[in-house]
Amino acid sequence: MTYLADVVALTRKDLLLQLRARDTLPAMALFVLSALVVFNFALPVEESRLAALGLLWVAIVFTALLGLGRTWAAEREQHVLDGLVLAPCDRSAIWAGKAISTFVFLALVELIALPAFSIFFSPVSGATVAGVLLANVGICAVGTLFAAMSSAGRGRELLLPLFFLPLVLPVVVGGVGAGATDDPLRYLGFLALYDLLFAILSWASFEYVVTE
Amino acid sequence: MIRARQLEKRFGEKRVLRGLELELERGGFLVVTGPNGSGKTTLLRLCAGLATPTKGTLAVEAERGRIGYLGHEPLVYRELTALENLELYGRLYRVPQRQERSGMLLERFGLWEARDARTGTFSRGMLQRLALCRTLLHEPELVLLDEPFSGLDVEGSALLERQLDELRADRTFLVASHEPERLQALASARLALA
Amino acid sequence: MLLLAGVLLAIYWAPEDADQGFSQKIFFIHVPVALTAYACFGWAAWKALRLLLKGDERHDLESYTAVHMGVIFGVLTLATGSIWAKISWNTWWTWSEQQLVLFLVLFLFYSAYFMLRFSLEPGRQRANISAVYALFGVVLIPVSFLAIRLAENFIHPVVFTRDGPQMTTTMFVSFLVCLAGTLALAAALYLNELAGKRIDSRLRELREALL
Repeated sequence: MTYLADVVALTRKDLLLQLRARDTLPAMALFVLSALVVFNFALPVEESRLAALGLLWVAIVFTALLGLGRTWAAEREQHVLDGLVLAPCDRSAIWAGKAISTFVFLALVELIALPAFSIFFSPVSGATVAGVLLANVGICAVGTLFAAMSSAGRGRELLLPLFFLPLVLPVVVGGVGAGATDDPLRYLGFLALYDLLFAILSWASFEYVVTE
Repeated sequence: MIRARQLEKRFGEKRVLRGLELELERGGFLVVTGPNGSGKTTLLRLCAGLATPTKGTLAVEAERGRIGYLGHEPLVYRELTALENLELYGRLYRVPQRQERSGMLLERFGLWEARDARTGTFSRGMLQRLALCRTLLHEPELVLLDEPFSGLDVEGSALLERQLDELRADRTFLVASHEPERLQALASARLALA
Repeated sequence: MLLLAGVLLAIYWAPEDADQGFSQKIFFIHVPVALTAYACFGWAAWKALRLLLKGDERHDLESYTAVHMGVIFGVLTLATGSIWAKISWNTWWTWSEQQLVLFLVLFLFYSAYFMLRFSLEPGRQRANISAVYALFGVVLIPVSFLAIRLAENFIHPVVFTRDGPQMTTTMFVSFLVCLAGTLALAAALYLNELAGKRIDSRLRELREALL
């Protein structure tokens, strides 16, 4: 399928760019570690597992925000987006390529963050890991789209947190719930629902966001 | 190939094109002139599919993959090499034998030695030449060029003129230019925007 | 028309405070205002969908005005809600803090709509982006509602309050009337603002054409 080939080509491009530029990924990794360290001092001595978990999710969301802010930086600063939009590929493939590469970056960073959290605070349950993976899908799907929308304006990526945080609140609820309650499946199911809904919506809307 | 009727493009309240009538037959070479802000770039973008008309109709008888567009920006990634950029576009445009084709174009435009250099190191003229490679990579039926000579030195301009001459046959051209005299020999028609 | 809607509200609302407590009275404004805000966002999303599918840029202004209305009524919801929360002691379970949290989230989201819109150059892209935003907003409403419900399990202990007295038919009728009145008010404000914006836009177009 040419659609798949297009997405692969675009994802490859983003991964290659990041490999060359080496700016976003280290920044995200450092940020998440610093955040966890700060939280260690911010939490009261007998911290509850719930509170720690909440902070983990806060760290993840803000790290994602950091990464998403840079997602379209190359396309915007070098005005390349037009080039991609001109191509005969489906515009949603551009979104898909970006979303997948962002997912990869976020997952790589979480590969560092989760073990660190386990060491600093408390071991991370399987449900939390599943939650993190599911949450990533939703965060990257919606975040990539809204980052593109934000980049199109004068405020560039600075406005992104304003609309991203309300959008991503359900994800945080789902994630914390999966790790904290006795009924993780319900929360994981909710995350899956969020992912499905918003991924489809993002996939379908991207075309409109990049045409004039 | 291109037919525009009462074409109007507005950005908010600002009207950039109004009541434009245009007919470009297949194989034609139309040169568009006009002062800054007269809508040359907008017209090209509309034909390329980067923008949609506000009013009126615009019919372009070429699908996206058969249109080549050169805008004011080279549309290449700075962190990738010239060859990698063309490779990417080659994939997206499904160019058969993209490696050979990329190499051939780079050679034609005098960029072969710079093929493995990151485009971030390129000069303005080199970027323009690379952009031309990108535009012609997929052997487009319809070629849209927005001020193609800008940034080119004497050698670059000569290369471009030669290329245009070679490609003239069985391709349709719509070129916006501040120097229409250069294209006099090639042009089949002219359009002046107010 | 505006006056009619306002009068409608005033007339029917006043007689009902006869034997109700003050907290009940707020209910008659708070709930209709909240529902009206939802209606505005829904309308905005509908117009947004029309814009994206039909490509008619007129819908952009309609969607934008609807979001504006929604945010105004959203602020009113938050205001009346917090007044009510202070005074009453939760006789109605379904309209407890959940609603306010939801509204706060939506209020933040839709307020950011304006920030985004004003950062974009006028044109088709701005219309498209605003429309997509409005659509996401409307999908966010049920999703956030669900999320907040789910969050109750670990954020606050579930507080069960005794159910308040059942709504009598007269109360229900007056509630409906208030709802109708508030919707009518919103509609009137909406049409008013839309007309004003259209005239504004037309004036600017004409000025452009003359230059």
